[in-house]
Amino acid sequence: MVTIFEKFIKKFLKNLFKKKKHIKLGLYGPPNAGKTTLANKLCEDWLGEDMGKVTNMPHETREIQIKEQVHIKSGNKEISFNLVDTPGIATKIDYEEFLKFGMSEKKAKERAKEATKGVIDAIKWLDNMDAVVVVLDATKDPYSQVNITIIGNLQARNIPVLIVGNKIDLKKSKMKKVEAAFPQYHVVGISAKNGNNIDEFYESLFKVVG
Amino acid sequence: MLTLQFIPYGEIESLSSVGRIRKLLNIAKENKIVLLEGRLRKEEEGELIKATMEEINKDFKGIELSVIYPENKKADVFKKMKIGLINVLLGDRQGLTIIGPASVVREIKKDPDKIQLFTEDNNNGNGTKRKRRRKNPS
Repeated sequence: MVTIFEKFIKKFLKNLFKKKKHIKLGLYGPPNAGKTTLANKLCEDWLGEDMGKVTNMPHETREIQIKEQVHIKSGNKEISFNLVDTPGIATKIDYEEFLKFGMSEKKAKERAKEATKGVIDAIKWLDNMDAVVVVLDATKDPYSQVNITIIGNLQARNIPVLIVGNKIDLKKSKMKKVEAAFPQYHVVGISAKNGNNIDEFYESLFKVVG
Repeated sequence: MLTLQFIPYGEIESLSSVGRIRKLLNIAKENKIVLLEGRLRKEEEGELIKATMEEINKDFKGIELSVIYPENKKADVFKKMKIGLINVLLGDRQGLTIIGPASVVREIKKDPDKIQLFTEDNNNGNGTKRKRRRKNPS
């Protein structure tokens, strides 16, 4: 009796996941790591259009951006997902940082306020994700607490994670350090801007999400 | 003057997640650097960032956060089980959590052996960096 019940539950769960064709794939990471650049690359490759604006100024993405029904293929494999680009997660936001980019004080304060709301939304959205690509800047210290907190929160929620070390086209990038910081995760180095190693990224995505 | 406030784990043990975050954030907002024995739960670290963002204003720019946690890679299975059991029974008292207000702490860098706390010296007004080092507790 118990075995029949177990088989029923297994079949039910299997069918449930089969039907869930459009998973939510989140892009998370600290500000200016290249989440939107990667989102744009993904959308350009598979939809032929961009997703969001990219600048050098931190907190350019201050609202959750969603691109629905992205289908990617590799050989016989195919996955479909709704791509969720999130604002960069930070522990501090100072409007004076934006003044350095020539912004007026009023606009800088507005931007800081929007950025704080963006961080809150990004954390709230963690619960909605089915899988997450954590985008890190490979030229920066991977042991930053923001990185560790994001990954720890995903682990606590049993959400599959792919770690991307972005900006490998830059001389300062240190992929080995990124890999050493997260030995228990699948880590891939890319340049979202130039498209370096992007095929390996898609392969890794299939391994983690497919 | 730089103020460090040590919080023994026992002081937050009986508090709810919201209570723990509130207590730590309130101390940081008093321009003190919190040294917490042990660590918050992973979800609580996320909630701490969220709560920090809700409090940012012209006087409070946020926090610098760092958790130093001893690696138990070399520990055998029995030792790992023992540590796990202690954590379940008594809470995660291993390691150290540092929370500093962003107006005082510019950056916390860490590698496996040491942490470096870069403070903003506001008293002389020249914005020079001061570096403090602390060995990793294990």
